[in-house]
Amino acid sequence: MQHILSISHLSKTYASGRIALQEISLNIQRSEIFALLGPNGAGKTTLISVLCGIVTPTSGTAEVDGHDIIKDYRTARSKIGLVPQELTTDAFETVWATVTFSRGLFGKSPNAALIEKILKELSLWDRKDSKIMTLSGGMKRRVMIAKALSHEPQILFLDEPTAGVDVELRRDMWRLVSSLRDQGVTIILTTHYLEEAEEMADRIGVINKGELILVQDKRELMHRLGKKQLILLLDTRLTHMPDSLAKHALTISADGMELVYTYDKERAGVRELLDDLAAANISFTDMQTKQSTLEDIFVSLVKDTP
Amino acid sequence: MNIRAIQAIYIFEMARTGRTLLQSIVSPVLSTSLYFIVFGAAIGSHMTQIGGVSYGAFIVPGLIMLALLTQSISNASFGIFFPRFTGTIYELLSAPVSPPELVAGYVGAAATKSIILGLITLATARLFVDFRIDHPLWMLFFLLLTAVTFSLFGFVIGIWADNFEKLQLIPLLVVTPLTFLGGSFYSIDMLPPFWRAVTLVNPVVYLISGFRWSFFGASDVNIAISLGMTLFFLSACLAIVSWVFKTGYRLKA
Ligand SMILES: Nc1ncnc2c1ncn2[C@@H]1O[C@H](COP(=O)(O)OP(=O)(O)O)[C@@H](O)[C@H]1O
Ligand SMILES: [Mg+2]
Repeated sequence: MQHILSISHLSKTYASGRIALQEISLNIQRSEIFALLGPNGAGKTTLISVLCGIVTPTSGTAEVDGHDIIKDYRTARSKIGLVPQELTTDAFETVWATVTFSRGLFGKSPNAALIEKILKELSLWDRKDSKIMTLSGGMKRRVMIAKALSHEPQILFLDEPTAGVDVELRRDMWRLVSSLRDQGVTIILTTHYLEEAEEMADRIGVINKGELILVQDKRELMHRLGKKQLILLLDTRLTHMPDSLAKHALTISADGMELVYTYDKERAGVRELLDDLAAANISFTDMQTKQSTLEDIFVSLVKDTP
Repeated sequence: MNIRAIQAIYIFEMARTGRTLLQSIVSPVLSTSLYFIVFGAAIGSHMTQIGGVSYGAFIVPGLIMLALLTQSISNASFGIFFPRFTGTIYELLSAPVSPPELVAGYVGAAATKSIILGLITLATARLFVDFRIDHPLWMLFFLLLTAVTFSLFGFVIGIWADNFEKLQLIPLLVVTPLTFLGGSFYSIDMLPPFWRAVTLVNPVVYLISGFRWSFFGASDVNIAISLGMTLFFLSACLAIVSWVFKTGYRLKA
């Protein structure tokens, strides 16, 4: 089956000389939720901007549903909805006017019923005649989402959708994302939070310094990288590992006062471990858990890739 | 062609005009009245007729051009500068809209507004002085041509400017002097030969001269030359605009 988005050797070097993207190649399947994960400055926004026509690529190509983003930009762009990272809205327009404008801009015939539906889904309906400048930050972001959805895109780009967003909007947004996916819309979101990628995505692409380091099914990635550690502070020094605990992935710290248990979220086995510890008569005064951070993941990825 | 996009931009821009309509109308009406009180009544009473036309009537085409030029440039430059300034330009750049369509929407709206204001200036002038319009269709044609040309010019300024000062700079430093020195208030025949020659490199001279011809059937410069120069300036602006979009100058990184 043809991919909804197909990126091939895409590179971008800004006029300043900054290399923002290096030879990115990526295929996105229809109606999947793809999370682009990477630290600030990794090139996430640049990649989205190139695909949407806001930034000119230095080299490489990309196709949206088989349409080249430059040669056939009209068809390509008409299939894309973009909610950018920055909160930028027209202050003096009403919500209704700005969303209607977006639909017109994308060449679609007026459809008041659809816009009403979108505004209702985003809890904007009773503010439809308000000027945008009178809305709160969260409401403005809803307006930007409504604008992006107004022309019924097949791909929706959400650039850092939850940065500075309240809990309620975050929940509404995730609900919207899954309902859109059910309607066959492909969603590509960027984030620098591992938990967020984990919560939503089917697949995760990790980008760092303009390079796509890996693309993997979320479950596999979490299994491979999303390690957790349980650290037990012992009340007596432990010099060697009792045989009864050998089956657990345990290590003893150098001073013998800590037991470190490494596990992944899918198969915790903490319960069993605690039972075995009790049976072996090992008691502890305190415990803490540590989750691998994005930094840990990058370190391990960079180590893994030659 | 994405006609709906042109429509959307045009309506959006006209709505913006609508919100500031009062101040847009007040300013040309007020300044036209002031010009008439000062130049028409106070000074004009001491002036002889120019080419068989009373001084009060003589300055009417110049005043309309003054309003038209200033309004076209400020409307169009602000129209495209503002989305760049606020960041909402992302939507225009990511929409399936071609550069000519984008320009048609913005320049069309800016030109419409300045033509309306030009006609309001004309109506205001009529309250002060009696004049005839020999070639009304040509008058409208010059109005349209000038409005479009200078809206395009304003569009270029709106893309070039990266702050509000620069946005005001060109209209203030270039356009106002060129208009005042372009024969709005005098016939260039009244100038000494040297200054007359200098004046002929001022494009506004041709606009005002051609426009005045449509009123009184007489002009400083041959009407064909006026028309030719206006069209030349129009093509120059079109060339710059297409270069801007081809290179993405100040629009795309
Ligand atoms: N318009 C620009 N001109 C020059 N450099 C830029 C521009 N936009 C972004 N950059 C640089 O490109 C790199 C990638 O930025 P960006 O794509 O915004 O990263 P992310 O969205 O992952 O945080 C950064 O180093 C940033 O400073
Ligand atoms: Mg970003």
